[in-house]
Amino acid sequence: MAAPATPATEPETLEDASFLRDTLRAFRKNRMAMVGLAFVVLLVLGAIFAPWVSPHDPYRVALDEQLLPMSHTYWLGTDNFGRDVLTRILYGARISLMVGIVPSLVSLTIGTVLGILSGYLGGKTDFVVMRLADMMIAFPSLLLAMVVMYTLGANLLNIFLALALVGWASVARVVRSQTLALREKEFIEAARANGTARATIMFAHIFPNVVPTLIVLFSLSIPEAIMWESSLSFLGVGVQPPEASWGLLVAKGKEYIFQAPSVAIAPGIAILLTVMAFNFIGDGLRDALDPSMKD
Amino acid sequence: MLMFALRRILVSIPVLIGITMILFIMLNVVPGDPVALMMKEHASPDVIARVRAQMHLDDPMIVRYFRFLANALQGDLGNSIKLNRPVTDLLLKAFPNTLMLAVCAALVSWVIGIPAGVLSAVRRDSLIDRFFMGFSLLGVSMPVFWSALLLQYIFAMQLRLLPVSGFYGWKYMILPAIVLGWSSAGVIARLTRSSLLEVMRHDYIRTARAKGLRETGVITRHALKNALIPVVTIMAIQVAGLLSGAVITESIFSIPGVGRITVNAISSRDMPLLQGAVLFATVLVILGNLVADILYSVLDPRIRAQMKKDA
Repeated sequence: MAAPATPATEPETLEDASFLRDTLRAFRKNRMAMVGLAFVVLLVLGAIFAPWVSPHDPYRVALDEQLLPMSHTYWLGTDNFGRDVLTRILYGARISLMVGIVPSLVSLTIGTVLGILSGYLGGKTDFVVMRLADMMIAFPSLLLAMVVMYTLGANLLNIFLALALVGWASVARVVRSQTLALREKEFIEAARANGTARATIMFAHIFPNVVPTLIVLFSLSIPEAIMWESSLSFLGVGVQPPEASWGLLVAKGKEYIFQAPSVAIAPGIAILLTVMAFNFIGDGLRDALDPSMKD
Repeated sequence: MLMFALRRILVSIPVLIGITMILFIMLNVVPGDPVALMMKEHASPDVIARVRAQMHLDDPMIVRYFRFLANALQGDLGNSIKLNRPVTDLLLKAFPNTLMLAVCAALVSWVIGIPAGVLSAVRRDSLIDRFFMGFSLLGVSMPVFWSALLLQYIFAMQLRLLPVSGFYGWKYMILPAIVLGWSSAGVIARLTRSSLLEVMRHDYIRTARAKGLRETGVITRHALKNALIPVVTIMAIQVAGLLSGAVITESIFSIPGVGRITVNAISSRDMPLLQGAVLFATVLVILGNLVADILYSVLDPRIRAQMKKDA
């Protein structure tokens, strides 16, 4: 038995607090999820404090220090411009984390609003939104993102746009189906009978019930977005040099794989570990928030 | 059954038309003159004007869209600007290579994924289960371009067992197929495992055990038959996914397929070629989903019954 936790702020209702506490407890018990969380926290700190963590400049070109092997000064060696590989990976984490979070938030917002509208209002709104979602889902994601990058130009902002465009449809589908189920519940019926405005019902009554699902969707869309960005950058239609995106680092490093394999391999390990860590967190959250989704 | 298939096909048509519209708009609002952009500074204004006229770029967008649609329906996707050849020819020539890659990768993923999933489910929470689930997690979390590079480095450059890249025979297909197949093997293994675990909870499995059937018999003859239904349907979707996943694999291993055409079309700013290639891939994905849905209804009697009620 753990000692009863004293909440810092007074919870609104008893039920809220226990739901949150149960979720946190279940999450904490999941060992892999906690390992993932620890990794992500370290990564975030490393990315934010990169200039202080690393003594090297990620952009400084030193042609007399090209492709050096691993050493005490350069833990993962240097690249073809003599730049420290580890430092560039650390700066690359900034891009990957931003790409993981920003477009996911955008697509989650769009998907939630459209999903609730579509599910609650039904009729023409539902038809239009769902057909649009069908089209987006039928589009192979990578190709859609590539077309967006072709049209708008390859830079970070457009990656955000491309990934948000790719992601909203599946969110809308999930939220819609939850809204459809919620709409038949008594408390919604009661609110309707009370004469509550439709907008209030949708966003004050239905929305809070979708939040657990949204948290899971968010945590699982982060690794996906990181993967897409690194693929786009690898193919040359994403982040452009001299910026340090992990996908780009692998693409540039592969030309020197004979002389210095770590230049290409190390950023790939960074992607692998980060994607895995976020997947662990996502799985942990899913199991904690909705045990019925397990297995 | 036939009614369902027919209705499902009819529903796909507006989706397809919508996609052509989105694709056309996205590719045709590119800022700047596509012809001038592509030809860079080498072309004189005369030449640019002539190419523009050839491509009907001076017509209003809506006219151009309908012309594109009408031509596409007749199998004419225009000419590649860079290679000056019909896009359809280029795609059809490249498609068999992509198809072969996708089929080989799919085989790899089934041969690894299904047995791994079954073993994991049967020996749930054992060391084998952990090993296979860890392996499939690795497959799902690894960027394809990186695992490709890694295998290329180990097997082609260091051990010199297999060719690095190119496409001149079956040996050239091994690494790409493993790279592309591994990531979906993970998905298949996880799905097989959870589906089998779900089926094993049913009463008829208990009955089969109660009548004295051996465990292998219970699994192969009773459980697997039902457990594999969702797996088979995801396979159809997966083949379509592999076709687009081939974009990265093909460009790393220099396989002359549809994926590589797409990447090249972007870097040379060859709009008609890009348009055609993306449309082609999207049609394949829609077909894959269609097959998956129909297959699902053929395999699962419960869904078949549900559809009869709906119809």
